[in-house]
Amino acid sequence: MSFKSLKTIKDKLGLTALLVFSGSALADVDPYVGNGATYDFPDPVTPLARTALNQHHESFWICVAIAVVVFGVMIYSLFAHRKSRGVTPATFHESTTVEVLWTIVPFVILAVMGASATKSLIEYEDTSGSEMTIKVTGKQWYWVYEYVDGKNTPLSKKGKVRFESHINADHKKASLNNLDVTKIKNYLVDVDKPLVIPIKTRIRFLLKSDDVIHSWWVPKFGVKKDSIPGYVNSTWAYVEKEGTYRGQCAELCGTYHAYMPIVVKAVSQAEYGKWYTAQKSGAGKVKIGTSKAALMKAGEKIYATKCAACHQAEGQGLGKTFPALKGNAMVNGPALEHITMVLKGKGAMPKFDDMSDAELAAVITYERNSWGNKASVVKPADVKKAR
Amino acid sequence: MNSETTHDDHHHGAPKGLTRWLFTTNHKDIGSLYLWFSFIMLLLGGTYAMGIRAELMQPGIQYFDPETFNMLTTMHGLIMVFGAIMPAFVGLANWLIPMMIGAPDMALPRMNNWSFWILPVAATMLLIASPAFGWTFYAPLSTEYSGGIAFFVFAVHLLGFSSIMGSINIIATILNMRAPGMTLMKMPLFVWTWLITAFLLIAVMPVLAGAVTMMLTDHYFGTAFFKAAGGGDPVLFQHVFWFFGHPEVYIMILPAFGIVSHIIPTFSRKKLFGYTSMVYATASIAFLSFIVWAHHMFTVGMPVAGELFFMYATMLIAVPTGVKVFNWVSTMWRGAMTFETPMLFSIAFVFLFTLGGFSGLMLAITTADFQYHDTYFVVAHFHYVLVTGSLFTIIAAAYYWLPKWTGNMYNEGLGKWHFWLSTISVNVTFFPMHFTGLAGMPRRYADYPLQFADFNFISSIGAFVFGLSQLLFLYIVIACIRSKKAEDKATDQVWEGAEGLEWEIPSPAPYHTFATPPEIK
Ligand code: HEC
Ligand SMILES: [Cu+2]
Ligand SMILES: [Cu+2]
Repeated sequence: MSFKSLKTIKDKLGLTALLVFSGSALADVDPYVGNGATYDFPDPVTPLARTALNQHHESFWICVAIAVVVFGVMIYSLFAHRKSRGVTPATFHESTTVEVLWTIVPFVILAVMGASATKSLIEYEDTSGSEMTIKVTGKQWYWVYEYVDGKNTPLSKKGKVRFESHINADHKKASLNNLDVTKIKNYLVDVDKPLVIPIKTRIRFLLKSDDVIHSWWVPKFGVKKDSIPGYVNSTWAYVEKEGTYRGQCAELCGTYHAYMPIVVKAVSQAEYGKWYTAQKSGAGKVKIGTSKAALMKAGEKIYATKCAACHQAEGQGLGKTFPALKGNAMVNGPALEHITMVLKGKGAMPKFDDMSDAELAAVITYERNSWGNKASVVKPADVKKAR
Repeated sequence: MNSETTHDDHHHGAPKGLTRWLFTTNHKDIGSLYLWFSFIMLLLGGTYAMGIRAELMQPGIQYFDPETFNMLTTMHGLIMVFGAIMPAFVGLANWLIPMMIGAPDMALPRMNNWSFWILPVAATMLLIASPAFGWTFYAPLSTEYSGGIAFFVFAVHLLGFSSIMGSINIIATILNMRAPGMTLMKMPLFVWTWLITAFLLIAVMPVLAGAVTMMLTDHYFGTAFFKAAGGGDPVLFQHVFWFFGHPEVYIMILPAFGIVSHIIPTFSRKKLFGYTSMVYATASIAFLSFIVWAHHMFTVGMPVAGELFFMYATMLIAVPTGVKVFNWVSTMWRGAMTFETPMLFSIAFVFLFTLGGFSGLMLAITTADFQYHDTYFVVAHFHYVLVTGSLFTIIAAAYYWLPKWTGNMYNEGLGKWHFWLSTISVNVTFFPMHFTGLAGMPRRYADYPLQFADFNFISSIGAFVFGLSQLLFLYIVIACIRSKKAEDKATDQVWEGAEGLEWEIPSPAPYHTFATPPEIK
């Protein structure tokens, strides 16, 4: 599929700003949408997605067939039965036979569509027989993944693999600051830490939410399910092919609804086993040094993903609800209060006690030494003491 | 005919000045007020839409930060639904129903005045509120995660009062004030469709009022109707909302069916095919509209039995809707058609509304809906049924009855320009959205991945043209009202094939009509 023709229109319109991206827009696109096809569902990689695609095509072609007949008759009439051709209007205006006929015929067509839709739906909703379970929690505005049970996953809480998956902070920054986004690979559908799953495994996803409603959607899996506070929803996927699959949140969840993408890496079962063991032993965690420079560097990243949504990129705060951290008394004051605030939260400020000591030390140090703030460096040991 | 003398035949003419409009109880004045109000709202809601399309024209955030963008989509939806489409149909009902059934006015003229004047107040409150939680205001985003919502809640309450009073008035008028001899099954279809619509409104507006009231107490008074942590249920909100919301979409389309059933016979010079089945089809659609609401909620998670029920019920709506489309086509069949602007808009309606109906049928297929849901495919679907459906028939109705209202013909050449500009640009805007949706672009996104860029660009260009074209409509209407040229004078019947009581009175329709009821043959 080529969009050459469209590009020519654009070129002709002479919109230089658009020219900049029209060349690259489709070249660097992630397989997210399939082999460049942007006019249909992306290529399915699970049985569910294939079912959805078939159902979509079936109903589409039935509609096309009906349209050809109805519109055909109408278009013929529009040409043949016009006053300018000197016709005299007929006077018929009733016929029980045809009325009954065109009630029954559509009904039969619908029954046919309904039958195959029923079959597919029952298959779709059967989440039994899963080999592993992953808990997906929607939060404003990122996802939390937790491996609950399964072949390679211990049921005990200890050593449980759980991590957050945020949008690539550079993408969000580029978007919000109107930078040139046209060269960014996988723009807005890239995350800091993707979900990793084994292929050829029946995986059950449990969906929940900690705040508003979100919807976890990976088009190539044919899976879209809402994550709703107070509910545990379930759906499943059996991924047939290795690859990186991308999706986005599909339910309006507030300001940054467009900035909580989903990236799933489907790998071979052996590779998955290796990855999982590494996660459990903490090898997957990024090492943060204890020097001020190292803490600042790591802290900047963490701040962008976890804090900037509310306190804003330059620590300037937002409205009355979200206080500025720039020049803030607590941030420039004794370390312990600052640490406690971030650990325990307060009101609309979430608690961040699930972060490691090193991560917390990094982000707190970053806050205390950015935007003109000048305060002490916080070491992981300080955080440990405050817990 | 000189209008002054006509007035003298009756009690009095139109009063002068501002108080005429403020205190009027005349159905024609109130009809005009409604129509002008809805047109202003159309331009306002359209301005929001232009903002949305400007932002989405290119990837990246150019003009509106995401929160403002969410406000734009929310306000665009609310204004178009509650400010433009619904009041426009009420305005048409006010102007036309008494003239079509041979009544001197609406049954409850003072309430009529009130139900209109509530609207500008409600609209102002809505603008003050300017919420950003989507026009469907799902809890808990709207209840626990948004700022002040009181203005929004009371705006919705007022809109509800207005609709319910308007509906009571319409029902009372139709049931009590028909000219002798006009049995129910002789009523023009616009009257029939409005009668059914009015019952729908009375049934569902209180449900909406209930939803916003619970939202209000959740937000301000510590109740937990929709708050999971307090034992409430966020999904309950969606059930309540869509129990209102689905009939609401038929509230916005049934009167449109009525209008088209007037215009197509006129310009086909042939009686409407299957009048009786049209009435029954309308009633069936109205009934079905109450039992399909959860098709908006398939991804929420429901028992399979529930999903199947709502899928079947939704698919069933295609049957009576199909009957209507077939009837319109049969009306044209072997007629002697001419293509004045109202007819052009009506034909476009039959094509494009049907297209929206097809995508609706596809959306009913639950397994596929899991992919379509909350994407631009849905956005394309409901704009086909609401813009080329409802809005197109409102425009068609305006052109069709304008000569009766003003006494002057509008400029047919400009009308055709308006038609072609609108029809082409509306498709340039919304057709590509099917593709962006299928490819995976979620709705209500302020920014999007690059692969959606091309289609979004096209949609934006189409939208700008469509928006500007409506200014031409404004010009045509004003020129028609103000025309003093003799050759613009409309005859009483106006259109060669027009039939019905409203075409038997003078053009422009005198301030008071049918003080003595007409004879119905
Ligand atoms: C969901 C929005 C949100 C996020 C995300 C958030 N905060 Fe906050 N933060 C708040 C709010 C609201 C307050 C004010 C709390 C209060 O005083 O009631 C606050 C207060 C604070 C304060 C104290 C400021 C003062 O003057 O009292 C600090 C320090 C702070 N946050 C640091 C952080 C850090 C570090 C992060 C990231 C790890 C973070 N916040 C993420 C909302 C947020
Ligand atoms: Cu979201
Ligand atoms: Cu619906």
